[in-house]
Amino acid sequence: MATDSGPGMTLRALKLNPALIALLLAIALFFIGGLIRPGFVNVNQAVNILRLASLLGIVAAGQTLVIISGGEGIDLSVGSVVTLGAIMAFRFSNGQNDLLILGLLAALSAGAAVGLINGLGIVYLRIPPLVMTLGMAGVVQGLVLVVTQGALQGGTPPALAGLISSNLLGIPGSVYIWLVLASFLWMTLERTPYGKQLFAIGVNREAARLSGVKVPWVVLVTYALSGLLAALGGFCLLGFTQRVFLSLGTPYLFPSIAAVVVGGTVLAGGKGSYWGTMAGALVLTLINSLLTAMQLSEAYQLMVLGITLVILISVYGRQRSVRQ
Amino acid sequence: MTWRRFLRQNPYLFALLLLIGLIAINASIQSNFFSLRAINGNFRVLLPLMILAVGQSLVIIGGGIDLSVGAMVSLVNAILVTLIVPESGAGGVVLALLVGCSAGMLAGAFNGLCVAYLRLQPIVTTYATSFIFSGLALLILPRPGGQLPRALTRFYRSTPLEIPLGVYVIIVLLLLWALVRSSRFGQYLFATGSNADAAYTSGIPTALVKFSTYVGAGLLSAFAAFALTLGIGSGNPRIGDAMTLDSIVAVVLGGTRLSGGQGGIAGTIIGVAILGIIRSLISFANVPTWYQTLVNATIIVLALAGPGLWRLIRGRV
Repeated sequence: MATDSGPGMTLRALKLNPALIALLLAIALFFIGGLIRPGFVNVNQAVNILRLASLLGIVAAGQTLVIISGGEGIDLSVGSVVTLGAIMAFRFSNGQNDLLILGLLAALSAGAAVGLINGLGIVYLRIPPLVMTLGMAGVVQGLVLVVTQGALQGGTPPALAGLISSNLLGIPGSVYIWLVLASFLWMTLERTPYGKQLFAIGVNREAARLSGVKVPWVVLVTYALSGLLAALGGFCLLGFTQRVFLSLGTPYLFPSIAAVVVGGTVLAGGKGSYWGTMAGALVLTLINSLLTAMQLSEAYQLMVLGITLVILISVYGRQRSVRQ
Repeated sequence: MTWRRFLRQNPYLFALLLLIGLIAINASIQSNFFSLRAINGNFRVLLPLMILAVGQSLVIIGGGIDLSVGAMVSLVNAILVTLIVPESGAGGVVLALLVGCSAGMLAGAFNGLCVAYLRLQPIVTTYATSFIFSGLALLILPRPGGQLPRALTRFYRSTPLEIPLGVYVIIVLLLLWALVRSSRFGQYLFATGSNADAAYTSGIPTALVKFSTYVGAGLLSAFAAFALTLGIGSGNPRIGDAMTLDSIVAVVLGGTRLSGGQGGIAGTIIGVAILGIIRSLISFANVPTWYQTLVNATIIVLALAGPGLWRLIRGRV
């Protein structure tokens, strides 16, 4: 029972803001890491975790938009699109700094095109998002195989590698990209008509349509943005790994969804924020680093990860009771 | 207009037409497609996914989704090849099957507990539990291996009365489904899936119904693992991973909506057959290796788009 006394109020305020809980949890996890393994808590480790979290966070940005849009919205093609984005940047920049922008544009347009096809299938052919994006993931993977035939030609421009791995004022470049993206997304969600319409269609598509929102248009833009942002994630990831392979983006698929959920965005749509997803990305990256630091065997790592995820989801991922 | 009603009552009609078309193409390029040997081969390969996708349908009709079915298959596969050795007698095999069933049902019950009673979101929850089951599978069987008695694998290849064993299994599944559908539980299942609030208000124990769909999916995953293990005769702690998403695609291809409260398992079985025939077509049409993934995925997307395209063409958006 919550009372009106001080601690009760704070707890309630916390309950209202899952992004904040996730952030506090991330900080707590970091220090728990220090307890489990002395030496875990240091500046280098923190910087490393921030860099890894920024990559997941960028990939999960589009996923956040898609999930807010509701209508069973989910994007299972992000993994393949991350790979596609990295490969496009690798191929078109060909390892030259002059061609970096061309590589970026090629990656973004390829990603947006895949997202747009997802949106078209979902809006006009009424294919459920889960299977449409899953099917497109296969198509993208197939296209990559056909075009590259296993032999990937290209290179990572040194400028890109430098941008992601170098530290400006002690913070990796990818974190700056992440922060710029976050401010941009915050503006988009909170201050533009598109943002308002996105939340509106997430809550109730029919009501949104009746109040004049062009629902198909908003859904199309959202899935295209999701593809574009996943490709941006692939572009940044290329700077980090400096090589490309076919399963490059696969490890980002489900963590991108988990980051959104841990950040308090409801899978049913209409509610959530990108701040939450950012905190979620931090939490997930920390859990992974902790599991690695604990040097458990793969079997135990998987089980601990599963149990931790279930606990995290039960903290904020609960659905409303039918009794209410 | 009777045609439209017919279509609504049989949502798998499109899938059935597609399957017939694909079979016709496949038969035209594979001369022995209709031989008992080839048919039995196809059934042997597809049966595990069919059983698994039937479990997935149950969960989806009840308004949920289960992303851990593949991991449960891996877990039960690991248990079976650990408990059964080539020298195992009938008693040992039956015991192993019972342990496998219990493991599947326990895993499903854990999912059901989280989703139905703790009200966690099914997609992420079952994804999380799939890690637990995969971890357990790896713990039991750290690396691929194990061998089954020859008699068991021979039994799985058998064709009693010149009919593949898989056909009998499918008939049993369909009969059981007919029973479930007409039972009170069946009514509860569809009501819960289409509108849980309304179902709860009218006195249906919605949490219990959802819980049982997950237990059912766990049990059917165990059966799928039996078929898979008998089919390949050995174990691999990762064997089921790729089957999860296939099972969902098969359910949707079969005309069951992901939003719940509608559909059936006949469509799902057809959906699995479509996925299998597409794969068989690609291998018999000599599609170059680099193109196989693309062709496979494109046909699946087109198959998913089929009903929507049909609606667009008829001008009813």
